[in-house]
Amino acid sequence: MFDIERWQEIFETLSKNKLRTFLTGLSVASGIFILVILLGFSKGIENGVKSQFEQDATNLITVWTGVTTKEYKGLNPGRYIQMKNENFDRISQKYEDNIEYETSLYSIWGAEISYQNETGNYRVRGAMPDHQFIENADMEYGRFVNQSDLNDNRKVAVIGRRLKQDLFKDEDPIDKNISIFGVNFKVIGVFVDPGGEREEQQAYIPLTTSQKVFNAGDNIRNILFTVKMSDNFDEAVALSQNMSNAVESDLKLMHTVSPDDTSAIRVFNTLEEAKQIYGLIDMIRYVFWFVGIFTIVAGVVGVGNIMLIIVKERTKEIGIRKALGALPMSIIGMILQEAIFVTMFAGLFGLIFGLGLLEVVGPQIESDFIKYPQVDFNIALSAVFILVFAGTLAGFIPAYRAAKIKPIVALRDE
Amino acid sequence: MIQIKDLHKSYHMGSNSLHVLKGINFDVKEGELVSIMGSSGSGKSTLLNILGMLDEADEGQYILDDVPIKKLNEKIAAKYRNEFLGFIFQSFNLINYKSALDNVSMPLYYKGIKRKERTERAMHYLEKVGLGDWSHHLPSELSGGQKQRVAIARALASDPKVLLADEPTGALDTKTSYEVMELIQGINDEGKTILVVTHEHDIAQMTKRIVNLKDGLIIDDSKVEQIRASQHV
Repeated sequence: MFDIERWQEIFETLSKNKLRTFLTGLSVASGIFILVILLGFSKGIENGVKSQFEQDATNLITVWTGVTTKEYKGLNPGRYIQMKNENFDRISQKYEDNIEYETSLYSIWGAEISYQNETGNYRVRGAMPDHQFIENADMEYGRFVNQSDLNDNRKVAVIGRRLKQDLFKDEDPIDKNISIFGVNFKVIGVFVDPGGEREEQQAYIPLTTSQKVFNAGDNIRNILFTVKMSDNFDEAVALSQNMSNAVESDLKLMHTVSPDDTSAIRVFNTLEEAKQIYGLIDMIRYVFWFVGIFTIVAGVVGVGNIMLIIVKERTKEIGIRKALGALPMSIIGMILQEAIFVTMFAGLFGLIFGLGLLEVVGPQIESDFIKYPQVDFNIALSAVFILVFAGTLAGFIPAYRAAKIKPIVALRDE
Repeated sequence: MIQIKDLHKSYHMGSNSLHVLKGINFDVKEGELVSIMGSSGSGKSTLLNILGMLDEADEGQYILDDVPIKKLNEKIAAKYRNEFLGFIFQSFNLINYKSALDNVSMPLYYKGIKRKERTERAMHYLEKVGLGDWSHHLPSELSGGQKQRVAIARALASDPKVLLADEPTGALDTKTSYEVMELIQGINDEGKTILVVTHEHDIAQMTKRIVNLKDGLIIDDSKVEQIRASQHV
């Protein structure tokens, strides 16, 4: 394998048979190239779809309430179910082990917010510190609401980037006072939300403050919490589903709501939705793999076919070489070494070319559903080795047979 | 140099069996130039193939340079071919994508000689057959006679004990044939043992001994007065 003389002989043969070398290489390189591109775009679609659902944590359970529709235990339908702080506390305690982040919310739609001469209507939500992680919000400046803000009922606000632009323009908003319905709040932070501009057009204040300022007592509008993800997706879905069912029945019990009343207390589980998305992603991935594997198979068949033709075409040459004293093993070795060299070289070329194209074109794709197309380098490299190995095997059989042919028969071959 | 005793060879095609060599006995001494003659089907090519270890006899003894040639595996056969024999074929059998020089150095490659020495020795033999200026030409750029000279240079390159030529002039016109025979005679004059299979009488007359084969048996084996090819050229 490391015999320089052998390599010289091989390079000579390859360079004197440029077309044959080129065609063999082309079939291998294009096979790998197509595979890399396919896998890259499959990954790109996966990334794109995932980022579409990244705006909220994917294992989020949301609870909100409405009006009862069924008569239950002597209570008439048409009651509005109002959740209280204690509902949140009970659930928080009961499911402590499974909950990752938790918050209850008190929201005001269309609150009038003003700063100096600028005024606008925005959503204001009283929230708990964990809400930042539930919304996947990042702080651009300052900080989010914290526990001591809640404990002391501080009049502080965290505003969205868009809201900041509307009211403050280029001014630094930190420690400035804004007024919400005429009450002054000190801005402590600016957040960005991957959910986009709509999410950034709101302000967060401490939950306790919101309940005091808006005279809400201990009322809350929503309970949001995320369930700890387990590694197994199906397990996570099952756990999340059980949790949301349990929470729903607990709340119904607390508020004396009929167990089959679907509108009074609603629990929405995003993981269930995510499951469908993941299913879709899996499906796309299978399709791409399916196409990719058959591309490789086609590549292997192509290489095998070319090897067969090469050996056939060289039968006479093999006879001549044998008559001049070539050992059968040296004939097989020569053909295989040549095949491995060409397929390996071409395979790596296709790999690098494909990766390069993804690298150059990938970041320029402006589509919400294709993001950062990329390929697992190890997978791509294994594909090259599979192709080389299969090509070699496909070449070995005819090479072995050719080496076994008696030189006298091979010499007669025209 | 070559001793053959009671050589038999049959070919089997389905249920038919063709007895090609029916007990050949003959010896060749060092430095001889022997032609093997016979009509087609007489078994002359089969005999040459057995001598060249390209084929194996069913029965009989074949001793080449005091080495008994029998029960050869591929590896040993390849080694002996490389060491003892040089082949010259009717259809030249040059490797068409290699230059004349590379063709001649091929047997040296299989002998395990390094590139530099290989090239030097190949060049020496190419010059010997008068093709020094053509060393970098491909076979397709050479005439028939030139191709056969390259083939002769190649056969000589590994310095074999015996040269085996199968109809070396079969694909050449008369003038070129005589030129090739002149070269062969020259090589023989230097002491190389050469066997030539031919069906042309004028070519056979240019050797020193004619062995006549018919139906797998030697019917005549006699020394002749050698006609120098140079007289005709």
